[in-house]
Amino acid sequence: MTVDFIFDGLNQLFPAVAGNDFFLIIAMLLPVAALLGFITIYGFGVIYSEIKVSSFIQDKTGPMGQGPGLHAGKWGLLQPVADGIKLFIKEDIIPASADKPLFILAPFLIFIGALTAFIAVPFGEKIIIVDMNIGIFYIIGVGSLAVIALILAGWSSNNKWALFGGMRSAAQIISYEIPAGISLVVVIMLASSLNMQEIIAYQEGGLFNWIIFDNPFMPIVFVIFFISALAETNRTPFDLPESESELVAGFVTEYSGTRYAIFFLSEYANMFVISAVAATAFLGGWQSPFENFLNTPAWSVFWMISKTFFLIFVMIWVRWTVPRLRVDQLMHLCWKVFIPIGLFNVFAVAIWIVVIG
Amino acid sequence: MGVVHGEEMVLNIGPQHPATHGVLRLQVRTDGEVVSQITPYMGYLHRCFEKHSENVTYEQVIPFTDRCDYLSSMSMNFGYVVAMERLMEIKVNDRVEHIRVVMAELQRIASHLLCTGVFGLDLGAFTPFLWALRDRERILDLFELTCGARLLYNYMWVGGLSHDIPVGFVESTFEFLDYFEPKVDELENILAHNKILVERSADIGVMPKDVAISYGVTGPNLRASGVKWDLRKNDPYSIYDRFEFDVPIGEGQKGTVGDCWDRFYVRIIEIRESVKIIRQALASMPKEGDVHQSLPKKIRPPKGSVYARTETPRGDLGYYIESDGSPIPYRVKMRSPAFTALSVLDEIGAGWLLSDVLAILGSLDIVLGEIDR
Repeated sequence: MTVDFIFDGLNQLFPAVAGNDFFLIIAMLLPVAALLGFITIYGFGVIYSEIKVSSFIQDKTGPMGQGPGLHAGKWGLLQPVADGIKLFIKEDIIPASADKPLFILAPFLIFIGALTAFIAVPFGEKIIIVDMNIGIFYIIGVGSLAVIALILAGWSSNNKWALFGGMRSAAQIISYEIPAGISLVVVIMLASSLNMQEIIAYQEGGLFNWIIFDNPFMPIVFVIFFISALAETNRTPFDLPESESELVAGFVTEYSGTRYAIFFLSEYANMFVISAVAATAFLGGWQSPFENFLNTPAWSVFWMISKTFFLIFVMIWVRWTVPRLRVDQLMHLCWKVFIPIGLFNVFAVAIWIVVIG
Repeated sequence: MGVVHGEEMVLNIGPQHPATHGVLRLQVRTDGEVVSQITPYMGYLHRCFEKHSENVTYEQVIPFTDRCDYLSSMSMNFGYVVAMERLMEIKVNDRVEHIRVVMAELQRIASHLLCTGVFGLDLGAFTPFLWALRDRERILDLFELTCGARLLYNYMWVGGLSHDIPVGFVESTFEFLDYFEPKVDELENILAHNKILVERSADIGVMPKDVAISYGVTGPNLRASGVKWDLRKNDPYSIYDRFEFDVPIGEGQKGTVGDCWDRFYVRIIEIRESVKIIRQALASMPKEGDVHQSLPKKIRPPKGSVYARTETPRGDLGYYIESDGSPIPYRVKMRSPAFTALSVLDEIGAGWLLSDVLAILGSLDIVLGEIDR
């Protein structure tokens, strides 16, 4: 499903006009359209599961009704749709004292960051939009766009709470990229490649060939990566930029309606990307957990999505269980705990590769 | 290298802010995230309780007391009727006293549940808050069964009660307590020993004994600072001297005595002690007794004044009532525990980070209705 694949297909179908630019544009737009559709469906799914999982944890029923027909539905399946419609038809408010261009730019920027990262996420051997040779590096790179958007949102709102939120997110996301990056360095060392597909190919052959079980240090590396991922996506216990009991709503205080919905959706999109990276780098990506068991291309999408959703479920679970850290404790955890352990892991795994692997 | 000093920012927390527990405005001066000064501005909920009381009859004051501390209305009623009965020298029968104690202690549990839940919410844990509200709902159901109201009861009257307890109340209360006791352990497990919550609240906002006493802080906040002071023990009113219970004090298990964690944990232990009292009171409650037995036909206390204090979930609640012999009080003054708790905020909260200030505010358990009156 790569761009090249579609382009070649089109050229073969219409050999008379092969190789024109129009085909290239179609080959690029088709996957992007599919991607937008996927994100929309995924958004509804993940928001619904967030509501329902939190309901089960909190001993309540959650949305019940709202099915097709008046309150005839069973499990409140259309609740996310109702939420979405409500947000999109709301009045669009830009505060009078806000820095208008930046205020409008911020949601776009965060959505671009979330969306472009999807391009390099592999769902199967051929099911990847662009198979870059530096895939994992690319995802980390575009993931950093989020921090610019958050600072812009915080600054341009001209609101003290938003400013606090922006400040916190800048410090937090930049700091936590380091332990996340160091953890991925270990994976790259093992797979000797930055390419997502090659990292997955390295983990071929069932559960025990996954990188997380590759050597005794890898579970630690995975835990560090996953916790840093929580921090990068601003999820509890690291939701300081928008901590609702301290900063009202942090950087989204002044946002409402569609713009707020975009911030909201981007958070979930980022969760998917970061979970997909974790699944690819540590849990075998789209490969089945057992050798030669349901390892066809169709099943590969299933495996990838179920691994990713499992990690997203853990994120939701954590969110509704633990309180929030304080800003200095957050930095302490990053710089004095994760980075030293992460660096130690890099050396330890390097020695492991030389001596044993 | 010299220290770079930034400009201080003045930040208004409230009156509309999720963490101020009502309409309170905290004006804080912050340098980055460090708070250097906190000035509470209150009065947004001022309803002239004391002045109003001078214009209505004695029994008409009771619904106003409900609305002062709306999270522990029973205890507010209780304090007022204790003061009035002392002024008029009325002795109520044992059944009434037992019912009053049961109600006041149920109210204490409900109030502490809300406080501990909201403390978790202030620190970002949403789930324990809903668990606490779920159990509080059961208590409100019991109150609804008794007097029809869920929040503002007007239940205790001078010389008696508005209604007797309904048939089956004792059984339902026992049933609730059996259900509830394991839930307290659950709440304690998810909150009190959670690593992040301990990090966030231990050693934060320490209120030393002398500060607490000199500011007149009472109730669980005082006890958390290590002072064993509970009016139910030290100056027993009603029939509290007949029951066996402990007065928990802060021991600084996770940090210093008198920190946020202690203030929070003392309340959890107090919930358990209240359960003990309710069990004893229900077991020893006389079957006979008219709740309207000593109800005066017309409330016209003799000339004079009285000051009576009772232990509400938030501390010493004092009513000063001055009577000139007419059916309308000459003066009613309330000494509210949450007011003193709020006054200590600047003393113990300055110098901490913004997040800590809100944790300290949450641990003080203030109710704005009672502060503004």
